[in-house]
Amino acid sequence: MSVSETESVAEIKARNKELINEVLQVYPEKTAKRRAKHLNVHEAGKSDCGVKSNLKSIPGVMTIRGCAYAGSKGVVWGPIKDMIHISHGPVGCGQYSWAARRNYYIGTTGIDTFVTMQFTSDFQEKDIVFGGDKKLAKIMDEIQVLFPLNNGISVQSECPIGLIGDDIEAVSKAKSKEYGGKTIVPVRCEGFRGVSQSLGHHVANDAIRDWVFDKVDPNAVAKFQDTPYDVAIIGDYNIGGDAWSSRILLEEMGLRVIAQWSGDGTLAELEATPKAKLNVLHCYRSMNYISRHMEEKYGIPWCEYNFFGPSKIAESLRRIASYFDDKIKEGAERVIAKYQALMDAVIAKYRPRLEGKTVMLFVGGLRPRHVIGAYEDLGMEVVGTGYEFGHNDDYQRTAQHYVKDGTLIYDDVTGYEFEKFVERIQPDLVGSGIKEKYVFQKMGVPFRQMHSWDYSGPYHGYDGFAIFARDMDMAINAPVWKMAHTPWKTASKPTLLAAE
Amino acid sequence: MTQNAENVLDHLELFRGPEYQQMLANKRALFEDPRDPAEVERVREWAKTPEYREKNFAREALTVNPAKACQPLGAVFAAVGFEGTIPFVHGSQGCVAYYRSHFSRHFKEPSSCVSSSMTEDAAVFGGLNNMIDGLANTYSMYKPKMIAVSTTCMAEVIGDDLNAFIKTAKEKGSVPADYDVPFAHTPAFVGSHVTGYDNVMKGILEHFWDGKAGTAPKLERQPNGKINFIGGFDGYTVGNLREIKRLFGLMGIDYTILGDNSDVWDTPTDGEFRMYDGGTTLTDAAEAVHAKATISMQEYCTEKTLPLIAAHGQEVAAFNHPIGVAGTDKFLMTLARIAGVEIPEALALERGRLVDAIADSSAHIHGKKFAIYGDPDLCLGLAAFLLELGAEPTHVLATNGNKAWAEKVQALFDSSPFGKNCHVYPGKDLWHMRSLLFTEPVDFLIGNTYGKYLERDTGTPLIRIGFPIFDRHHHHRYPVWGYQGGLNVLVWILDKIFDEIDKSTNVPSKTDYSFDIIR
Repeated sequence: MSVSETESVAEIKARNKELINEVLQVYPEKTAKRRAKHLNVHEAGKSDCGVKSNLKSIPGVMTIRGCAYAGSKGVVWGPIKDMIHISHGPVGCGQYSWAARRNYYIGTTGIDTFVTMQFTSDFQEKDIVFGGDKKLAKIMDEIQVLFPLNNGISVQSECPIGLIGDDIEAVSKAKSKEYGGKTIVPVRCEGFRGVSQSLGHHVANDAIRDWVFDKVDPNAVAKFQDTPYDVAIIGDYNIGGDAWSSRILLEEMGLRVIAQWSGDGTLAELEATPKAKLNVLHCYRSMNYISRHMEEKYGIPWCEYNFFGPSKIAESLRRIASYFDDKIKEGAERVIAKYQALMDAVIAKYRPRLEGKTVMLFVGGLRPRHVIGAYEDLGMEVVGTGYEFGHNDDYQRTAQHYVKDGTLIYDDVTGYEFEKFVERIQPDLVGSGIKEKYVFQKMGVPFRQMHSWDYSGPYHGYDGFAIFARDMDMAINAPVWKMAHTPWKTASKPTLLAAE
Repeated sequence: MTQNAENVLDHLELFRGPEYQQMLANKRALFEDPRDPAEVERVREWAKTPEYREKNFAREALTVNPAKACQPLGAVFAAVGFEGTIPFVHGSQGCVAYYRSHFSRHFKEPSSCVSSSMTEDAAVFGGLNNMIDGLANTYSMYKPKMIAVSTTCMAEVIGDDLNAFIKTAKEKGSVPADYDVPFAHTPAFVGSHVTGYDNVMKGILEHFWDGKAGTAPKLERQPNGKINFIGGFDGYTVGNLREIKRLFGLMGIDYTILGDNSDVWDTPTDGEFRMYDGGTTLTDAAEAVHAKATISMQEYCTEKTLPLIAAHGQEVAAFNHPIGVAGTDKFLMTLARIAGVEIPEALALERGRLVDAIADSSAHIHGKKFAIYGDPDLCLGLAAFLLELGAEPTHVLATNGNKAWAEKVQALFDSSPFGKNCHVYPGKDLWHMRSLLFTEPVDFLIGNTYGKYLERDTGTPLIRIGFPIFDRHHHHRYPVWGYQGGLNVLVWILDKIFDEIDKSTNVPSKTDYSFDIIR
């Protein structure tokens, strides 16, 4: 199916442009006009992908996006393991996001660790009518009694909180004082704010700035002696253990990781981060805000990196090392050399099985671009990609460092568009989320969830790349796809949308 | 280095290697500012005590690990049971992403649903424009036969009026004037997912029967002999509704299943994505008004729907998710009485086979203690089945169960000698259940996937029955209703019991004597 072998770039571009025009036909005129701005065919040499982004989703189109609460509780705050995160409002938000993101951690759950638990104020009608502040205060008291080893509390606002005028900041301040300066963080991540998860990331970052950093006593005795090689991992949520398979490489090259944001992270790590000499930033989208803040306030430089696939890992290790002395630079080379044999073996095993296969992606923060290198290490080609909640700076990075000429770009893709694109382009693999997985598998198209690693992982680092390669192979080369067609029926092209 | 290309290790094994173990130990010691392990151990033990249980049960405000979801989830569940219907949820868009993910994780199926994507401006000015644009877009793009509108808490808090909004949207040409857009207000801060199911089911029937929001004449009931069937919110809907159809077929009853989502959540992989599949036809939904009677399999999923139906002159009967012999007997006999048919011999045989299976196996279940949690009706069905197996449903807990439900469960306990030492816990959560399992241990726990945390912490083996089940595959394809369904539940319980016996008798030269080949 590998189109790249049979079609020229010009042909692909023409086909993709035609495809865009075709999908736009389905919309009412006003919607077509708005959606047209989010779809494009990448032109090599351009500084961005030529699409509008970070704009409101259009009602009724089946956006794949989530909300600000998902960005704050689900992404940024939820993994901080020694704090209790209250889903403040009705029961649903906390229920649907309960332990669903596979942020791995070590700890005694329910005693000193709380990640895979669902704490909620379970709002009832009376809380909406009379306000939930008193209930919130009582919840904090009950937490102190039943979970005495918690190291802090965050209040993750659901939609009603901002609409009914609750003052969660006042409650948090009062309770913090009552409990001897305990860290209690009110977060204004109501789901209706902003246009996607993205604002939730920003609000969550700001809450760490205002309610964690600004509360740290500058005269407090340091919990550890700093070294010239202290770094913090920013924007790795340890999904399937990603942050661990990254941390090990940084430590092997001679750096010392003093904090993980926020996968397997603790309040102590957040508080200690301003002591880092460098912040290394994986998910730029969700944590560039706090990185910029630490640069401005504490003078800590930050460096984006990409730990998907050996090419990008080596490039990233060298870039990170460039901020340090020769000892670390040599360390980076030593690490690259150490894993070379493993990488050669992985590629020798899997590349012949995957060479020339095409991929279409639609994911969240960094993956629509970051994983492209890993696919290319396996000889695969990403022919379409897009961001659920990216901003223009994401599309700039994508255009300048990742995608090839003619790649189909779709921002905040709708269910209809994605199906149409995949139906027509017929990639060998689609990488997206749980809501998309079964749509494409029904069509007989191999699929991997690229948010949760389809319950596998880690995919970061050298150890992770071996798993990534194995998983892509098992998705594409699974015997099941040969059976999708009923043998006694005449072959027909896959059709979509029952309505057509 | 632990990793190798020939035998790739993922998270299941990778991190157990010495390099990672050392790394994680260093992280903890140097940077996590961990609690004193002795203190952690002390609190861990304290959390198992009656004293902790008392404090835990004294909670008035905090909910920890609830076994319920919000109304809009049930709304979507009900809506997709109708032919070519897309659920349209008016409010914030993140909610819809959550419902779709939740259902896809349980059924391993696509779950189509749209949002009106309300944001801050809609919070200030109301979501009318979102409704107008949203309906037009959904109608053009996905060509549904019906759009079923429900709400999120955001739209409810700001007070959006669905009836007026849909009317205006039609006037603005979003969808044709005579196009079916039933609606229901489904505030997340009232009730639970079972309430949302009820509201949408009622909303859809009201739409078809009572004049389509003032745009058509009300239907005049002309009674026929058909029976309507409503399954309620049910994680086994795929297997159960197919079993129900088989039973109706065997009995020769002309029926309509209202809200049949057994096909849309069990579509084949054959090269085609079916956004819509099966479902109650809109004609059948309308004509269901003429039926002789309506049977609800789950009373607490139809608390508002059944009175509406009764008010149209039908006989109604509600069950509590019947599982097992007596529950199925009552269901079939009621059905036969209402429909005026005889129960065929084939079903008597099936009944006999279930009784036979229970007779064969009950020695292994008799006297065992169980804790159950789940939706109110499911709890009643399971508890009744356990009682007839001679087991004790020691703790029965429903976060979304109310006082009336608790009385019903108590009455069930009182009906059997095996219910003597059993207790019911309405409105409690799984952190309460944790205290119960520590202070009054049982042999087995029955619940959904989240029960695995209780299994880990308390050592109580978990039998996965309920919703959602994310970490085991395909059980939703099996019925738990009817005698065949009872057999499935019996087997699931027995499999766990036998696995546990084997697990506790498999130490060579220590417990060899009970590691039996025949049980």
